[in-house]
Amino acid sequence: MDVGIIGYGVYVPRYRIRVEDIAKVWGEDAIRIRQGLLVDEKSVPAADEDTATISVEAARNAVKRAVINPQDIGAIYVGSESHPYAVKPTATIVAEAVEATPNLTAADMEFACKAGTAGMQACMGLVEAKLIKYGMAIGSDTAQAAPGDALEYTAAAGGGAFIIGKNNGESIAEIEGTYSYSTDLPDFWRREMRPYPKHGGRFTGKPAYFKHVLSAAHGILRQLKLTPQDFAHAVFHQPNGKFPCQVAEELGFSKAQLATGLVTPKIGNTYSGCSMIGLAAVLDKANPGERILVVSYGSGAGSDAFSIRVKEAVEKKRELALTTLDYINNKLYIDYSSYTKHKRLLVT
Amino acid sequence: MRDVAVIGVGITKFGELWDLSFRQMIIDAGARALEDANIDGKQIDAMYVGNMSGGKLVNQEHTASLIADHAGLAPIPSTRVEGACASGGLALRQAVLSVASGIHDYVVAAGIEKMTDVLSEYATGTLAAASDQEWEVFMGATFPGIYALMARRHMYEFGTTEKQMAMVAVKNHGNACMNPCAQYHMKVSVDSVLKSSPVVLPLKLLDCSPITDGAACVIVAPAEKAKNLERPPILIKGTGQASDSISLHSRQSLTSLMATVEASKMAYRMAKIGPSDIDVAEVHDCFTIAEIVAIEDLGFFPKGSGGKATEEGETAIGSKIPINTSGGLKGKGHPVGATGVAQAVEIVQQLRGEAGKRQVSGAEIGLTHNVGGSGGTAVVHVFKRGD
Amino acid sequence: MAVPRFWREIPNRYNLIGTKCGNCNKVLFPPRYICPYCRRMGKLEPYKLSRHGKIVSYGIVHVGAEGFEDQIPYVLAIVELDDGPRLTTQIVDCSPEEVNIGDEVELTFRRTGQDNDDGVVYYSFKFRKPFPKS
Repeated sequence: MDVGIIGYGVYVPRYRIRVEDIAKVWGEDAIRIRQGLLVDEKSVPAADEDTATISVEAARNAVKRAVINPQDIGAIYVGSESHPYAVKPTATIVAEAVEATPNLTAADMEFACKAGTAGMQACMGLVEAKLIKYGMAIGSDTAQAAPGDALEYTAAAGGGAFIIGKNNGESIAEIEGTYSYSTDLPDFWRREMRPYPKHGGRFTGKPAYFKHVLSAAHGILRQLKLTPQDFAHAVFHQPNGKFPCQVAEELGFSKAQLATGLVTPKIGNTYSGCSMIGLAAVLDKANPGERILVVSYGSGAGSDAFSIRVKEAVEKKRELALTTLDYINNKLYIDYSSYTKHKRLLVT
Repeated sequence: MRDVAVIGVGITKFGELWDLSFRQMIIDAGARALEDANIDGKQIDAMYVGNMSGGKLVNQEHTASLIADHAGLAPIPSTRVEGACASGGLALRQAVLSVASGIHDYVVAAGIEKMTDVLSEYATGTLAAASDQEWEVFMGATFPGIYALMARRHMYEFGTTEKQMAMVAVKNHGNACMNPCAQYHMKVSVDSVLKSSPVVLPLKLLDCSPITDGAACVIVAPAEKAKNLERPPILIKGTGQASDSISLHSRQSLTSLMATVEASKMAYRMAKIGPSDIDVAEVHDCFTIAEIVAIEDLGFFPKGSGGKATEEGETAIGSKIPINTSGGLKGKGHPVGATGVAQAVEIVQQLRGEAGKRQVSGAEIGLTHNVGGSGGTAVVHVFKRGD
Repeated sequence: MAVPRFWREIPNRYNLIGTKCGNCNKVLFPPRYICPYCRRMGKLEPYKLSRHGKIVSYGIVHVGAEGFEDQIPYVLAIVELDDGPRLTTQIVDCSPEEVNIGDEVELTFRRTGQDNDDGVVYYSFKFRKPFPKS
């Protein structure tokens, strides 16, 4: 394979709501929830933000870091569970906003939280086949959670964008390989025209998240003949702060390997943005030569695993845009009533 | 070019006129003007109608001919002119030009707006059509919003205060109490203005003119035809009009309306006078800040000192230059298309000595100033009592 | 707003594409079709404006335009871009009390509204105070 990451960018809205402020409304025990989920607070989009605006911000950051002519982008894929339209692609809005139009292919993707990484794989294929010079894959969401549901503590907003190209001098990381594991397992879903998703409770754990993440991880390690010790960092899909730690332990990864890419405790689960933002957080800090394992998970269900090796160019390029930590630390707290206004939960 | 005189004026009560339709209001104002002029409708040669939005507010376009018909004046040429809130002033100017040129003798300048048949939000949205749809309204700007931007910049550049702006409202409401036609007959205090609910800060509810129904009518004729009538003719010695960008961001200044400056220069030059010759003026106070900016742009006070001048009472009746003795748009009401013509009605009554409790003693030269939108159009007229 | 009208201005609203006159070098935004200074002697070409500017004036909107109710209170402002042109926009991502004349602001991409919940979504530039590097 001859593909690499040429540029990357993230965006997380400024607003945050603490677990305490949600628990207060529903009469729940905030401490128990914090400890159970390992989440302190989550990001909330402004009333005028949505998946398209978040995708554009992340994409613009990626183009800044890539240092390319956006007209050379030959494909844009946006993966999300909360596209603004059911029919009319977010991808072309982004394409226009990064000035990549008109000579490109574009489409939107959906595979719960792994729609963004699926887009990465599509770009990898097009680049490898020499059909395009650069492809951009974006995973972003303004996740919906029914008021009072457990998911309300974690359903957040954010996005990550990756520009894939040939693994040459301008690439900041080489993608050594990818391996996916997909089955028809309905652990978490949302029907057309319904506002909130539903899920199978404890069914979302072992047979869903863990089965697919572990299988994809084993798959790529086997394929590339690597072991956990070959990796400096690991990013697993992080619907809360606990699951990735549990799966890391089962695979033989340490807490230290997980630390840099674990963002959910501070911003919540950004759904399609999740693994992409975790990877970006690692690229913001990783040293050239280090290897990163990324395993995403999307309900329904499937996992995409990537082995990524960081290169020299990362040190220069990562300064060209705001880092993941810059966004994580740039916060403005709001209370539950403002939260309902931002999320349009109150029908006017 | 002939001299032009106003021979008759008529105005309805301004307010929420639930019982009167668009058609009824204009007939009312027209009939009063004809009576005041003591001429017969058959003598009217042409009509210009100022009406900003028949289409959106009463779903009716083609209003000039509608009015001519309902007034029993068909087949005279009847033309609607539109310049947002300056529509009335434009109608007056067109009437003046047609008489001055010799084309017509007796011409009606009518202004009318029926704003309360629709919900207030819809009426406000209709007024916003005077702003740039693509680049102001699309971004969330409202009329008060645009004027709020002017106000804050004026405060920043010149130290104008919200209290000074409030004093415009206090003065104008006080004057309106003495005007039987005005929409409001209530005094307001600086405190009540400052405490009124925020619209777009720094502008609050009592900084803003209301939504109003009303109609006004002025009949102009060649000055020599006016000599035969009982009262001293009121001559229109100067008329000026100017245009500018309709969007505030495209203009050179946020604190001065170039259109007002140019239109007033044109009118002063034609009348061969300057700002210090004006005894009384009706200016376009759609918002309190608008009056402050206007009295500077018209040359009554140096740029930046309009707020202080108002605070020190220099625009009150009995002072250096009484402004908006009728109550202005603020106290009298602002039926958009009618305003420009209604301002002329007030000045004519002042110069005739018929302004009752609002009378400015010895007034000989008066001025009207009518603005469209946030300053895309301005029309200025200078009136002089002919003896 | 009618769909074709919104669509035509997408490049201008998303990417601040204005016009520059090849004759007098003035940069114009919103875009124009004839140079107001040179008129027919002007040579207008598309020009990408600076994405950074300063606040010239602002107002805090409590009674909003139709379709903007859920954003109240919002900050309406005139921003002067580094290249010169001024535009009307909103200042986002901070509380209204934090806004001052003279503040430096940068471009962001946001929703400005929609044509009801079954119509087209409108996107455009808005401005915010730059996010700090931590």
